[in-house]
Amino acid sequence: MTETTKKTGVSRRTLLKGTAGLAGLAAGSGAITGFPYVMSAEPKVLRYLGTAVNEGDDISKQCLKDTGIKIEYITATTDDVTKRVMTQPNSFDVLDTEYFSLKKLVPSGNILALDAKKIKEFDNITPVFTKGETPGGKKIGNQGTAPWKVLYLEGKDSKTFSKTATEFVTLIPTVYNADTLGIRPDLIKRPISSWSELLNPEFKGKASILNIPSIGIMDAAMVVEATGKYKYADKGNMTKEEIDLTMKVMTEAKKAGQFRAFWKDFNESVNLMASGETVIQSMWSPAVTKVRSMGIACTFQPLKEGYRSWASGFCVSKGVSGAKLDWAYEFVNWFLSGYAGAYLNRQGYYSAVLSTAKANMEPYEWAYWMEGKPAEKDIKAPDGSLLEKAGAVRDGGSYEDRMGGVACWNAVMDENDYMVRKWNEFIAA
Amino acid sequence: MDTSEDILQQRSPDLVRGSETARPAKAARLSPSFISWLQAGPMMLVFLAFFLIPLVFVVIVSFWDYNEYQLLPAFSGRGYTDTFEGCIAQLPDLCTIAKTYLKTLKLCFLVWAITLFIGFWVAYFLAFHVKSKTWQMGLSLLCTIPFWTSNVIRMIAWIPLLGRNGLVNSGLMKTGLINQPVEWLLFSEFSVVLALVHLFTFFMVVPIFNSMIRIDKSLIEAAYDAGATGFQTLVNVIIPLAKPGIVIGSIFVITIVMGDFITIGVMGGQQIAAAGKIIETRVNALQFPAAAANAVILLVITFLIITMMSRIVDIKKEL
Repeated sequence: MTETTKKTGVSRRTLLKGTAGLAGLAAGSGAITGFPYVMSAEPKVLRYLGTAVNEGDDISKQCLKDTGIKIEYITATTDDVTKRVMTQPNSFDVLDTEYFSLKKLVPSGNILALDAKKIKEFDNITPVFTKGETPGGKKIGNQGTAPWKVLYLEGKDSKTFSKTATEFVTLIPTVYNADTLGIRPDLIKRPISSWSELLNPEFKGKASILNIPSIGIMDAAMVVEATGKYKYADKGNMTKEEIDLTMKVMTEAKKAGQFRAFWKDFNESVNLMASGETVIQSMWSPAVTKVRSMGIACTFQPLKEGYRSWASGFCVSKGVSGAKLDWAYEFVNWFLSGYAGAYLNRQGYYSAVLSTAKANMEPYEWAYWMEGKPAEKDIKAPDGSLLEKAGAVRDGGSYEDRMGGVACWNAVMDENDYMVRKWNEFIAA
Repeated sequence: MDTSEDILQQRSPDLVRGSETARPAKAARLSPSFISWLQAGPMMLVFLAFFLIPLVFVVIVSFWDYNEYQLLPAFSGRGYTDTFEGCIAQLPDLCTIAKTYLKTLKLCFLVWAITLFIGFWVAYFLAFHVKSKTWQMGLSLLCTIPFWTSNVIRMIAWIPLLGRNGLVNSGLMKTGLINQPVEWLLFSEFSVVLALVHLFTFFMVVPIFNSMIRIDKSLIEAAYDAGATGFQTLVNVIIPLAKPGIVIGSIFVITIVMGDFITIGVMGGQQIAAAGKIIETRVNALQFPAAAANAVILLVITFLIITMMSRIVDIKKEL
C-alpha cells in the first residue's frame, strides 16, 4: 500500500518539478521565512491512536507548527484502543496506551518498542517511571502493573519484560495521575478520610464506582482493605479466592442498595456528581475539575490508604518503519520537550519530563499544580476558562505528596478471565 | 428476510404470466422458477455475504480457545462451559447466565407489552381517525422525533427529569405528595422500560399502521351494518387483519430489546444485567470466543421466541 502511494507521489512530484519549478522555488524560499513544513511536498502525517486524555487540539496544532508533523487523532476508549491494536495493527502509527494493557499488547507482537537512545529527554524522565520513587525519594506502592515493572524489554523483538534497564522501552511515558474518590463536600458535610466510606451505609443509594472491571476491582480492593476485612498480597494480581471475597463484599453492598449507578464514561461520572445523584464515587481528576467549573463543590479527596494510579505512554505499530519511524521519534521527542507537558499539567495530570514542562509554565502555575502551594493568581485551564480563584490549594497537595501516596496501579491480573466472569456475576446480582 | 423473498416468489408467477401473454416466445426460454431466483438473487447475495457468513464465523469462533491476547484456533467448549458456570452446582440458586436471561426476558416482555399497547392505538388513530393522507404522513414522521438526537444525549436528558433533584421529584415534593425524593424513577427497571418504550414504540407503530391502512374500509362498514359494536369490530375484524403488522412490530421490538445493552446500561445505572452486556464485557476483555458463545446463546433464544410467535401467526400466509 505505502509502496504504491510513494511511487505515485514521486512521479507526481517529478511532474510538478518539470512544469512548475518556479512554484518549487517559491516554496523553498518560504522555508527560509519560517513556514518550512506547510509548503513541503510530502506531508508528514502520523495516525495517533489513544484515549481522549492526551488528544488535545492545541497539542496537535502546536506540533504541526513546531515540527511539521500532522497528527491525525483516532480516539477510542481504553478497551477499544487495546482491541484495535489486537485486531487492526495497521490502522495506526503511534499508539498512546496505558501500561497495564502491555501484558496483552507485548505478547501479541503488534507493537514495537522504542529505542531509549533516540529519546533526547529519556534520562530526564521522572524517576516515578524508572525507579518507582518520586524525585524527592519517596517510594511508590508497587502493587498492580506498576510502570517500572513493564518499562523495558529484554531485546528489540523480545516479548519478555526486563527487570533491569535496557535500551528497548515498551512505552515512553506521557501522562499519569493518582486517582482517588471524588466527593460532594456540600452534601456530605463532614471530613472523609478513608476508602471505606464508599460502603458506609450513611451514603446508601448515593455511591458509585466505575464499571470498567480491571479498574473497578482495584477501587473495590482499596475499599475492602480499608474496611479491615482483608489484606491483599497484591491488589493488582489477586488469587481466585481474593477475587471471590472482593466481589462478595461488593455484591452485598449492591444488594443493599449502596450504589446509585455505576459509570463507564467520563461524562457519566460528571453528570452523576453534578446532579447530586451521587455524593461519593471513584472519579478522575479532570472530571472533578469539570464539576467544579460548573460552580458545584466537588473534592478529589485524598485518603489515608493512598491513591490508585495509572500511566500511559507512546509506542509505535509494528507496521511503522523508515521515514515514518523517524517522524514518530521526532514526535515523541517533541511531546517530551515541554509544550505538551505543560498543557497536561494544567489539566491536573502529570507530565513525564518535569523540567521541560516547568520551563513552559508560569511560576505561579507550577507552584499551584506541582508544589501544592496556594494559587497566587487565578488558575486557568489550557482553554483559558477559570478553574480556581487565587488562594485555592490543589486537592491532595504537591506532586511529592500525591505520587508519593500511590498505593497501587491499574492492572491486568493473571486471573483476568475469572475476574471478568465474576464482574458479570456482580452486575447480575 | 424470509418475508421479502416470499413476496417476490408469490408475485413472480403473476409477472411471468403477464409476460407470457405479451411475448410467449421469450417466456418459454426462462422458466418461472429461474426468474424468481433471479429476482431474489441480489438480496440473497447480500444476505449471504453480510449475515450468513459472518454468523458462521461467530459460531466457529465460539468453539475456539483463547488467551489474554489472541484466539487459539483449537476446539474448545470453554466459552460455553464458562458461561453456564455454576448453573448446576449453585442450585437452587440461579447462576449468572440464568439470572441475566430472566432479567432480560422480563424487560423484554414489559417493553413488548407496553409498546404493543401504545403502538396499536397510535396506529389505530393514524389509520382510522386521521382522514387526510398528508396528515397521516406528517403525524407518522412526528413519531420519528426520538431518533433525531443521539442515543447518549437522549438518555442523559432523562436525568434532569427523573433524577433525585429532577423535575418530577421536585414537582411531587412541592405538591406535598411525597416528603423524600423517589429513588426508583431513575437507574431502575422502571427507567429502563420507560426509555426503551420511548425509543421503540415507533417500530410497533409503523408495521401495524401499514397493516391497518390496507384493511378494506367496506369491511368495517359491513360489520357496522351487521350490527357489530365498536368493540366487536375491533376484536373480530381489525385485530385479526392487523395481525401481520403486530407480529412484525413485535419481532422488531423483541430482537432489539434482547440485544440491547446501551440503553439498559445507561438507564439502569449499569447495575442491571443484560444478555448484550455480558457480550460487551467479554469483547472488551478481548475474550472473543466467550463473547461469540454468548452471542450464539442469545441468537438461539431470540430465534426460539420468534419461532413461537410465527407459530401463532403465519406471516407468510398473511402477507
